[in-house]
Amino acid sequence: MLSDYLPIVLLLVIAAGFAAVNLGITHLVGPRKPNPVKLSPYESGVPNIGDARLRFSVKFYLVAMLFIIFDIEVVFLYPWAVVFKDLLAQGTFVFTEMVVFLGVLVLGLAYVWRKGGLEWD
Amino acid sequence: MLTTVEIIILLPLFGAIVSGVFGHWLKKSSGYVATACVGAAWLLGLKTLVDVMGGVGVDENVYTWVSAGSFTASVGFLVDPLSAIMLVTVTTVSFFVHVYSFGYMHHDAGFARFFAYLNLFVFSMLVLILANNYLLMFVGWEGVGVCSYLLIGFWYERKSASDAGKKAFIVNRIGDFGFLIGIFTMFGYLGTVQFSEVVAKAGGGALPASAATGIALLLFLGACGKSAQFPLYVWLPDAMEGPTPVSALIHAATMVTAGVYVVARSNVLYTLSPTAGAVVAWVGVFTALLAASIALVNTDIKRVLAYSTVSQLGYMFIGVGVGAYTAGIFHLFTHAFFKGLMFLAAGSVMHAMSNELDMRKYGGLLSKMKVTGYTFIIGTIAIAGIPPLSGFWSKDLILAGAYHSHVPGHAALWALGVVGAVMTSFYMFRLILMTFFGQPRDAHLYDHAHESPPSMTVPLLVLAVGAIFVGGVTGYPLEHGWINHFLDPVLGSPDHGSGGAGLSPSVLIGISVAAGLGGFVLALVMHRSGRLGADSRQPIHKVLWNKWYVDEAYDVSIVRPIHRLSMALWTIFDTIVVDGIANGLGYTVKGISWVSGRFQTGRTPTYAMWMLFGTIAMIYAVTLP
Amino acid sequence: MFEIDWNILLPSLVVAGLVLVVLCVDIIRPDNKGGVSGYLSLLGVGVAIWVSLSLWGRSPTHGLGGMLFLDNYALFFNLIILAGTGLTIFVSTGFLEREEGGRSEYYLLILAATLGMMLMAAGADLIVIFLGIELMSIALYILVGFFRRRTDSNEGSMKYLLLGAFATGFLLYGIALVYGSTGTTNLREIELAVAQGRVYTHPMLLGGVALLIVGFAFKVSAVPFHMWAPDVYQGAPTAITGFMSAGPKAAAFAAFFRVMVASLGDLSGDWSGAIWMLAALTMTVGNLGALSQRNIKRMLAYSSVAHAGYVLVALVAANERGIAGGVFYLLAYAFMNIGAFAVIVALGRKGDENLEISGYAGVGFRHPGIGLAMTLFMVSLAGLPPTAGFFGKFQIFSAAVEAGYIWLTVIGVLNSLVSVYFYLGVVVSMYMRQPVGQAHAVSMTPFARVALLTASLGTLYIGLAPTSLLQMARQTVSALL
Repeated sequence: MLSDYLPIVLLLVIAAGFAAVNLGITHLVGPRKPNPVKLSPYESGVPNIGDARLRFSVKFYLVAMLFIIFDIEVVFLYPWAVVFKDLLAQGTFVFTEMVVFLGVLVLGLAYVWRKGGLEWD
Repeated sequence: MLTTVEIIILLPLFGAIVSGVFGHWLKKSSGYVATACVGAAWLLGLKTLVDVMGGVGVDENVYTWVSAGSFTASVGFLVDPLSAIMLVTVTTVSFFVHVYSFGYMHHDAGFARFFAYLNLFVFSMLVLILANNYLLMFVGWEGVGVCSYLLIGFWYERKSASDAGKKAFIVNRIGDFGFLIGIFTMFGYLGTVQFSEVVAKAGGGALPASAATGIALLLFLGACGKSAQFPLYVWLPDAMEGPTPVSALIHAATMVTAGVYVVARSNVLYTLSPTAGAVVAWVGVFTALLAASIALVNTDIKRVLAYSTVSQLGYMFIGVGVGAYTAGIFHLFTHAFFKGLMFLAAGSVMHAMSNELDMRKYGGLLSKMKVTGYTFIIGTIAIAGIPPLSGFWSKDLILAGAYHSHVPGHAALWALGVVGAVMTSFYMFRLILMTFFGQPRDAHLYDHAHESPPSMTVPLLVLAVGAIFVGGVTGYPLEHGWINHFLDPVLGSPDHGSGGAGLSPSVLIGISVAAGLGGFVLALVMHRSGRLGADSRQPIHKVLWNKWYVDEAYDVSIVRPIHRLSMALWTIFDTIVVDGIANGLGYTVKGISWVSGRFQTGRTPTYAMWMLFGTIAMIYAVTLP
Repeated sequence: MFEIDWNILLPSLVVAGLVLVVLCVDIIRPDNKGGVSGYLSLLGVGVAIWVSLSLWGRSPTHGLGGMLFLDNYALFFNLIILAGTGLTIFVSTGFLEREEGGRSEYYLLILAATLGMMLMAAGADLIVIFLGIELMSIALYILVGFFRRRTDSNEGSMKYLLLGAFATGFLLYGIALVYGSTGTTNLREIELAVAQGRVYTHPMLLGGVALLIVGFAFKVSAVPFHMWAPDVYQGAPTAITGFMSAGPKAAAFAAFFRVMVASLGDLSGDWSGAIWMLAALTMTVGNLGALSQRNIKRMLAYSSVAHAGYVLVALVAANERGIAGGVFYLLAYAFMNIGAFAVIVALGRKGDENLEISGYAGVGFRHPGIGLAMTLFMVSLAGLPPTAGFFGKFQIFSAAVEAGYIWLTVIGVLNSLVSVYFYLGVVVSMYMRQPVGQAHAVSMTPFARVALLTASLGTLYIGLAPTSLLQMARQTVSALL
C-alpha cells in the first residue's frame, strides 16, 4: 500500500533537488556587487519611502476575517453546483439546504452591516 | 400529597424554621407561629390515635437516601398503637408547654430563639418516635440530644447553665456510643434495621440468644444515657439549669422517656434475652431507690422533681425489664401528665418567688396561689399512687407485673418497688407541705408572691385534669383496661411466670395504696413536728444530702484521671507528636503548593512549553508499552 | 435518500434557531442593551430543556449521514449544558449592567457556545465533535475578553486563544492520525475497525489516540494542560467563569468519554494508564494549587482543575457505575459551581469585585441568605454529606474501587481531604472573621436571586434525593458500553 505513494515521493525528491541544485549553483558561481539601489525592495520601479515594517490598522483584520468567511462560502458552493443537477432529480432538498445555508450567512452579513462592521471609520 | 404523618412531623420543623430565621422580625409573633404549629400537630396526633384505634396503621418508606449493596438508609414512618400513644403524649404535653411558655418566657430576650429550639425539639422527638427504622430513630435521638443541650444552656451567659448543657451532652455521648454500636451489631446479624423486618427476622430465630443479649444491652446503654438511669443519670438534676418549661417538656415528659420507648420498641430482643430484661429491671429498681433517697432530703424544688423523674423512669424500666411493656409505656403516658404538671407548677411558684428555688424559703403559699397549689397537690396525689388518680393505675400495673414475672428475684423487685413508692409519696408530700402549707419562712418573698397569668395557669388546669383522669379512664379495670387491649397486640401481654401464686391481686393493690398513704402520713407527722427540711446531723442524712457522693466519685475515678491523662497527652503527645505531624503535614502541603505555584509564571510561552512536554509524555505513555 | 429524522436534530435545532432569532434582534435594534435577548434566550433554553426531556428514554439512534447521535447520554448532557446556560443567563442580568453596561452580543455568544457544546455531546463523528469544540471555544475566547477595557480580561482571552489554538492543533492532528489508520472519522466505524483489527499500523492509531487525549485534556483543564485555567478564570467576567466551569467542561467530558469508551474502549489497555496518571496529577496539582490562593476566583479555578481530576477517575474506571457517576457528578458540579459564582457576583460591586477571600469576612452575618448558600456550595464542593458533591464523589470513588483502582481512590480521597481546608476557609472567613470596613448593600436582581435559589435547591436536592437522577445517569451508560 505504501508503495503506491512511491511515484509521488520520487516526484517530490526530483522537484526539490532541481530547485536546490539551481539555487546552489547560482549562489556559488554568480558574481555579487551590492549597492543601495540594488538592495532596496522592488516596488514597481517607484522609489520606496520608509520601512516596510509599519503598523497596519487593526481594521484590516476585521475585513480579512469577513473576507475569509465569504470566501469559504464559495468553496462550499462549487462542489454543490457540480452535483446540483443530479441531486435535484431526487427532490428539492438539495436546493432548500443551500438556501438555508446562504440564508444564515446573509443574516450574518446583515448583522455585520447593522453593527457597523463594514464601515471604515 | 403529604400524608398525615408527614404533616405532623413537618409542622414543628416549619415552626422552627419560621421562628428561627424570621424571629428577629416576628418578635413575639414567632411564639404564635410555633404554638400554632404544635397545636395543629397535636390535633392531627389525636386524629391519628383515633385512626389507629380503628385499625389503620402506617408503615411507609418515604424515600431512600442511600442504597449501597444490602445496606439501605431510608426515611420511613411507622404508626402503630405504640407510636400513636407516644405521639399523643408528646404532642399534648408539647402543646401545653408551648402555651405556658408564652407567659413564662414573656420578658426573655431570647423569646423567638426559645420557641425555635422548642419546635426543633418537638420535630426531633416526633422523628424519634415515628421512625420505622433504627437509623432514622437515631437521627431523632441525636436531634433531641442537641436540642436538650441547646435548651439546658439556653441562658448560656450563666456558666452553671452552659456547664450543665455540656455535662448532659457528654454523658449522653457515652450512651449514644452504645446505642450506635447496638444498631451496627443488629445490622451485622440481621442485615436490616427496619423495625418490621427486625421483628420478623429476630422473631423467626435468625438471632442467637447471645447476640440478642449483646444488642439489647448496648441499646439499653443508650437508653440509660437518654433516660437518666444509673450510672448515667447524673446529668438530669443539673439539667434543671434550663428554663422550667424545658424541664417540664424535655426532662420530665418526653425526651427522657425515649429510652423506655426504645426498650419497648425492641421488645422482641428483650423477649429473646431474659438476661438483658433482668438487667434492665434491676438497674431500674436500683435507680428508682437511689434517686428517691436523694430526693428525700433535697431542698431545691426543681431538683426534687428531677430526682423524682429519675426515680419514676426507674419504675418504667422495671416495667419494660420484666416484660410488662404495656405497664412501662402506660406509666410513661400517665407520668408525662402529672410530672409535666408539677414542673410547670414549680415554674409558676418560682415565677411568684423571684426565681427562688430553695423550699426552705417557701411556705404557706396555698392562699396566694390557689390554682398552682391545688394542681400541684393533684399531681402529687397522682404520683404517690393513691387511687383513683392516674399514677396509681400505671404504677400498680408495673408492680404487679414485677411480682408475677420470671425475672430472678422478682419478689424482691416488687418489695423494693413498694419501698420506693413509700419514699416517692414522702418526698412529694414533703415538697407540698414545705411549699404551700405552714408559715411563710421568708416574709419578703411571700409578700411579693402572686398567682401566675392565665397562659400559665390554664395549661396547669388542663394537665391536672389529665393527671386525675387519664390513668383511670384508660387503665380500668387493672390489667384489662383499654390500654392493655390497645398495646398488647404490639407489645405482647406480660407473662405471668409465677402463675398467680403468692399474694392475690387485691392484696398487692392494698399494699401499694398503703405505701402511698404511708409516705403521706409520715410526711405529715414530720411536718407537724417541724422536722421537714430541717438540718440533721445523722450520717445518713449527710450522705443523702450529698447525693451518695456519686458526682464526687465520678470526679475522682473518671473525670480527674481522664483530665490528668489528657493534660499529659496534651503536653507531651499532642504538642510534640500530633501537632508536629499535623503542622508538618500542613507546612509540607503548603510548601508543595507554593512550589507548584512557581510553575504558574503567567507567561504564555511557559504554558505552551508545559503543554508540549505533556504531549510528549502522553504520546510516550500511550504508544509505548 | 434525504430522509431526515428530525428528532435527532431537534435539540440542537432549537438552540441554533435561537441564535438566529437573537441575531435578528440585534439586526433590528443594533443598539439594544440585551434585555430582550436575555429574555428570549431564557425562553429558548427552556424550550430546549423541554425538548430534551421529551425525547428522553427512546431507543438510541443516529442519523444525518452518521453525524449525530440521539441517545440518553446526549440528552442528559443537554440538560447539564442547558441548565448551566440558563443559570448563567439568570446570573448575568444585572451583572452586565453593573460592570460594563449591557451589550446584546453577550447572549448571542453564550448561545453559540451552548450550541457547540450540544454538538459535542451528540457528535457521532470526530469532525462534528471538532466543529462543536471550535464553535464553543471561539465564542468562549470572545466572552472571556468581553470586558474590553480591563487588561486582565484581555490577557485571559489572549492566552486562552493562543493555547487553545495550540490544543486544537493537537486535536486535529490526532483526528488525522486516527483517520489515517482506520480510514474513517465516524465513531461507530472507528469502533468496528478497532474491534476487527482493520487498522493500518497500530502505533499510528495510538499516536492519534494520545493526541486526542491531549486535545480533550486541554478542554477539561487536566494537568499539565491546565495552566491556562487560573489566568483565564480570573480574568474572565465572573458570570462567564461560572459558565465555563459548568457547561463547557461537561461538554468536553461528554465528547471525551464517548470517544474514549465507546470508540476506543477496546484500546483501554493502552490508554487507561495514561489517564490514570492524568487523573492523579490533575487532582493533586489542582487541590495543592487551590490551597495557597487568596483570590476566590483563582481558588475556584484550581478547584475546577481538581474536579476535572475526580471525573477523570471515572474515566479510568470506565465501568457502568463509573460513567454514571461521572455524568452525575458533572450535573452536581454545574449546580454548585455556578451557585458559588453567583454568590461572587452578588458580593461584588461596580469597580470593586471584592474577590479576596479575606474580604468575605462577616458576610455570614451581614447577608445571612447569601452566606448560607455559599456555605452550602463550599460544603458540596468539598464533598461533605448531605450535599450533591458528596454523593457524586461517592459514586465515582466506589466505581474506581469496583474496577480495582485502589491507589487512585486513595489519592482521590486524600485530595478531597486537602480540599476541605480551602473550601471551608471561605466559610471560616464568612462566619468567624471580624469584618473590616463597613457593610455594603447587596443588590441582586430578582433573576439573580432565582439563580442562587435554584442552584442551592439543586445542590441540596441532588444530595438528599439522588436516586431518581442517578437512575437517569445510569440510563445514559448503555450508549457507551
